Amino acid sequence: MLKKRIIPCLDIKDGRVVKGVQFLALKDAGNPVALASFYSKNGADELVFLDISATLEGRKTLVDLVTRLSKEINIPFTVGGGIQSVEDAQLLLQSGADKVSLNSAAVANPKLITQIAEAFGSQSVVVAIDIKKVENDWYVFIKGGTESTGILAIDWAQKAEALGAGELLITSMNNDGAKDGFALEITNAISQAVSIPVIASGGAGSANDFIDLFTKTEVSAGLAASIFHFNEVSIPDLKTLLKTRNIPVR
Amino acid sequence: MIAIIKYNAGNITSVQNALERLGYSSIVTDEPKLIQQAEKVIFPGVGEASTAMQYLKEKGLDEVIKNLKQPVLGICLGQQLLCTFSEEGNTECLGIFDVRVKKFEPRLKVPHMGWNTLEVQNSELYNGNLNDENFYFVHSYYADVCTDTSAVCDYILPFSASMQKDNFYATQFHPEKSSLAGEQLLLNFLQL
Repeated sequence: MLKKRIIPCLDIKDGRVVKGVQFLALKDAGNPVALASFYSKNGADELVFLDISATLEGRKTLVDLVTRLSKEINIPFTVGGGIQSVEDAQLLLQSGADKVSLNSAAVANPKLITQIAEAFGSQSVVVAIDIKKVENDWYVFIKGGTESTGILAIDWAQKAEALGAGELLITSMNNDGAKDGFALEITNAISQAVSIPVIASGGAGSANDFIDLFTKTEVSAGLAASIFHFNEVSIPDLKTLLKTRNIPVR
Repeated sequence: MIAIIKYNAGNITSVQNALERLGYSSIVTDEPKLIQQAEKVIFPGVGEASTAMQYLKEKGLDEVIKNLKQPVLGICLGQQLLCTFSEEGNTECLGIFDVRVKKFEPRLKVPHMGWNTLEVQNSELYNGNLNDENFYFVHSYYADVCTDTSAVCDYILPFSASMQKDNFYATQFHPEKSSLAGEQLLLNFLQL
């Protein structure tokens, strides 16, 4: 049976992990390769690296980092942040990333999804969608959730699929950081509106939030950052718990 | 020497890195001579079937691959291209495995993406207690279960997770991305 995936997300700036992991007795808690290696040996099903470097120098460092990660890591990983062109995607994929994640750039230039999918296959394109509830509807926000597009979340999800996305990463800005659970209803509605896999993100605060995610929605995967990095939930313990609830995990 | 066939498909770096972690050096090449002389050949790939076949034909690699006598391992698209025909781009393939490649009906999410278990029929590739392990899949096309099937995976319907015939081996999943189980499977192939 296909397993539900648990995905830790690491924020990277200038080749280093931002908000380093607290629980590891590592000499260097900001070393992305050491952290990725730890997670891959401790039950993570995939990894996501989100680059928040603002400079060209930072981008170059990212490519070096992807090269080093690919040598060390034996599970799939996605790299996102700042990808604006097919060339950007190509550089990361050829350096060993399995998938690239597009966010604001895909909204600004939807053809980019198709171009990358045609060049490297749909499976290599994750479209990350930041959503926020305004009155009764969920809308797509860009630029780190600061700017509304006025596009309905479900409409953009379906369009991204039609353009060639192989997977969607849905982050609820309402839930992100609140540690009060995932945005179950809208994430499930998006998943039901598309035929590609959906990763839920934003709001994980406890192991129970993953139980809710996988029992109350049909999403394929759950992504979280701080609860794993601060060891509030360990992935092996989380998976043991999920198994007791008959949720299929590796 | 291990040759990894270079063609217009992704995922080649990951395969080479996985071999390196296992202590094996390899070359990535589309030179027929180097491929023919290699002790083992890996035919990897993530990509689209018709453009991949076209590239192989242009380089004369279609005939080279079919006539290899050393152990060959096709991975993902590599497995599909070793079959007779693919619905992806209506492509005539290499015809080692006598089975057609079809597109999944999207009754569940497509691509089939993530970790799944297998029912292993009989294959030395799974030596070392790999029968109950999970492997990482990502694909929208599949080969039916056939006489060459060495392991079955069930997603939407039972399909060939791996196949084997004479010196040709193939997996639909990505051993290079399947953690320790995948590395053991690659090692089993390298030690054939």
